[in-house]
Amino acid sequence: MKVLVAVKRVVDYNVKVRVKPDNSGVDLANVKMAMNPFCEIAVEEAVRLKEKGVVNEIVVVSIGPKACQEQIRTALALGADRGIHIETDAEIQSLQVAKLLKAVADKEQPNLVILGKQAIDSDNNQTGQMLAALAGMSQGTFASEIVIDGDKVNVTREVDGGMMTVSLTLPAVVTTDLRLNEPRYASLPNIMKAKKKPLESISPADLGVDVTPRLTIVKVEAPASRQAGIKVADVAELVNKLKNEAKVI
Amino acid sequence: MSILVIAEHDNSSLKQATLSVIAAAKVIGGNIDVLVAGENVAAIAEAAAKADGVNKVMVADNAVYGHFLGENLSQLIVELAEGYTHILAAAGSTGKDTMPRVAALLDVAQISDIIRVEAPDTFVRPIYAGNAIATIKSSDSVKVITVRPTGFDPVAAEGGSASVEQLDVVKDAGLSTFVSEQKAKSDRPDLASAGIVVSGGRGMQNGENFKMLEQIADLMGAAVGASRAAVDAGFVPNDMQVGQTGKIVAPQLYIAVGISGAIQHLAGMSDSKVIVAINKDEEAPIFQVADYGLVADLFEAIPKLEEELKKA
Repeated sequence: MKVLVAVKRVVDYNVKVRVKPDNSGVDLANVKMAMNPFCEIAVEEAVRLKEKGVVNEIVVVSIGPKACQEQIRTALALGADRGIHIETDAEIQSLQVAKLLKAVADKEQPNLVILGKQAIDSDNNQTGQMLAALAGMSQGTFASEIVIDGDKVNVTREVDGGMMTVSLTLPAVVTTDLRLNEPRYASLPNIMKAKKKPLESISPADLGVDVTPRLTIVKVEAPASRQAGIKVADVAELVNKLKNEAKVI
Repeated sequence: MSILVIAEHDNSSLKQATLSVIAAAKVIGGNIDVLVAGENVAAIAEAAAKADGVNKVMVADNAVYGHFLGENLSQLIVELAEGYTHILAAAGSTGKDTMPRVAALLDVAQISDIIRVEAPDTFVRPIYAGNAIATIKSSDSVKVITVRPTGFDPVAAEGGSASVEQLDVVKDAGLSTFVSEQKAKSDRPDLASAGIVVSGGRGMQNGENFKMLEQIADLMGAAVGASRAAVDAGFVPNDMQVGQTGKIVAPQLYIAVGISGAIQHLAGMSDSKVIVAINKDEEAPIFQVADYGLVADLFEAIPKLEEELKKA
């Protein structure tokens, strides 16, 4: 069985981003970049399926500028077998990402596609569902458990108020939630080995996909900042303030 | 303009989030219809028909929609989409699952988690865990949108008198089936719409200690939440998580206990009206957003708080 994993290069989750003074976006100059945390979980899950012997090939794909190859190499060091880099410097939005991934899936014919549920930059939570729709596949979003069962996959999903398990016909798209697994770190020997693994570079045009954005960013602003309030001395004062000043209890 | 609102419900009651989505639709302006898709949903359709501002309620009552599988719901919505300029759903787990699928089938972009409507084609949404606020303009003919319920005050649940129309559209994509569910049983209010939320973080040390928070929550009629750190540490289930990757809440009162205040947590609660932080680390970032901060060991402060609340 073959798994396709999509990974995104984003601002490292520890970085506090700043809005550019001209309100055109977020300042990414000289900011540490990394693999989106939910994508790390996706790679880890694919590697675990391979270690269980359920999966025999993991293909990792990323879309964006040349630098995305760093994240593909990271995934290869974690245990993916082969990389595909769709190289473009243009801004690619979710629908266009889904179309590019659909084109890759058409070529690669994976049994399972695993993606992060959302990227921590745009916070959209769209791509996996869009890919599933375009490819006519089933979807298991916000997964906390994946069990392959013959030509089906059982996915336990984190939904409002609890968990729901669905049975999906393969091929399927699964998007990862936080508790699916805890990603490992790449070892140095594996990082060295990853440099020799195959990485193919193609362009959106090679896949015949029009990547023109449908959404324009009018402006990006810093959020209204909240002022720190006061410190209270003890619980009695706190309760008094909540009752008589804030009037919320 | 003509707007289709997808009702959020659990086959037993209409969620308040739906009333917030209708409120967002009213800001866009135009005719507002509501789709109630589910199983045995007659009472929910009636409730939706009473909501202020609704013209027509369409009901798709069938077992294929009973578990809100995105594969089936998206086909139903796409079938109904013609003539609508906007399709809106709450940004809950069903809306997030289904709406991108709807958008892709219609070959349009989807706009996630809007908190404001600037114009019928221009919307405001947080990005980077709320560290930046983007204004976005769509050039698509149909705008497919998920709405963050806390961004819009709900419309009145009573007073409307929309017509109710039964649909005979059964869409089973045949791709997925429901197996089972484990819903957290709780008499406490729903986290996303509770007036008061008490949340615990890594400082709680273990899941057992969350009982202390449950006791004060019950005294105040509050919901109990948690930070991602507490979820990651396995103290409590993920559906209690407040933050960028969990629930977004904006209650009247938010009490953060043993929570340091990571960016990703603040993204989920900083629109709360009054924020209280209880933490023994005076330097914890949570104090920078708190209206009332108490620097104290929570294991001393929470029992005292319980005592004080019992006095009232």
